Amino acid sequence: MYRGTLTVHVPSSWTNRVQMHPHDEAERVVEGVINGFLLLIEAERVVEKQVDFNPDFLKNMFSKIDWKALADASKTMGYDELPDEVPDPSVLDSQFLQKFHHALLELHLEEGTLVCPETGRRFPVNKGIPNMLLHENEV
Amino acid sequence: MKLKQLESLLGNLQQFDNPKIELEQYPTGAHIASRMLYTAENSFGDVSNKVVADFGCGCGTLGLAATLLDAEHVIGLDVDDESLEIASINAEDLEVEMGLIQCEIKNLRWQGQIVDTVVMNPPFGTRKKGADMEFLSTALKVASQAVYSLHKTTTREHIKRAALRDYGASSAELRYDLPKQYKFHKKKDVDIAVDLWRFVPKPKHESSS
Repeated sequence: MYRGTLTVHVPSSWTNRVQMHPHDEAERVVEGVINGFLLLIEAERVVEKQVDFNPDFLKNMFSKIDWKALADASKTMGYDELPDEVPDPSVLDSQFLQKFHHALLELHLEEGTLVCPETGRRFPVNKGIPNMLLHENEV
Repeated sequence: MKLKQLESLLGNLQQFDNPKIELEQYPTGAHIASRMLYTAENSFGDVSNKVVADFGCGCGTLGLAATLLDAEHVIGLDVDDESLEIASINAEDLEVEMGLIQCEIKNLRWQGQIVDTVVMNPPFGTRKKGADMEFLSTALKVASQAVYSLHKTTTREHIKRAALRDYGASSAELRYDLPKQYKFHKKKDVDIAVDLWRFVPKPKHESSS
């Protein structure tokens, strides 16, 4: 039975922590203390899309995201410019924000697979849409 | 953007070719969708520069309305890949971006406070009992600021009680920005009165990652 909670890391951090959870597990989950396994990305096709730069929004997002996850995922998708270590929030200058913006919002996984390292469970991504439907025996 | 213009753009969107009855698929009309998002933005500032998720997005009407009202990023979620395909086409036609995920809402958890606002026109639970409550429960777990949702008027007391007592809402307000008894055309000869709700989730505590 599929038991893990997974952390999806697809293009931007919107789906950074999307988790697929068997329904009855929900009641036992302690809110906010979820051990997520970072899904590995097998990128077949990555598309870069232009998105308007919004520094206030980015500064707000900075405190919410898992930096390492973003840096790793960006690398997998071919963008290597983010520092591995979490930058100090006080030094979020324009140059840094541009890179952050690009990694967070402009890299899109069009074709590929998200893989749970714990279970090997594979979630395909086609035309930019991840299929995260759980099978009957996983719920 | 003016309400009329928003309504007009939404009215031109492609809808389901063959609605799947078992999923309670029906279009969210442009009239109600435009007013719902307009209220969310103009009365509460819950859309512009926010991250918005559209639960059970279908062909994307609500989510696309959010993009047109300057949401920073919108994600649509639905169980049906055919609907998501149409949503994708609609986004292209409007020249906007909308993230899409195929999944079941009841299994969804979203770590972190990434999503500000959830908008939805959930199944009423006429096909799959309790579907409306599953959507509401998940929405209140995921949204950090507000949930906008449509529910049958006949379930009004039940919805309010469940939201406040069981699903972690700190407030549950009926929005009367819609005509008081909004008739929702589900079948040609049957009108169903719906309420527009705005729920505010209680603040969530999260350990930093």
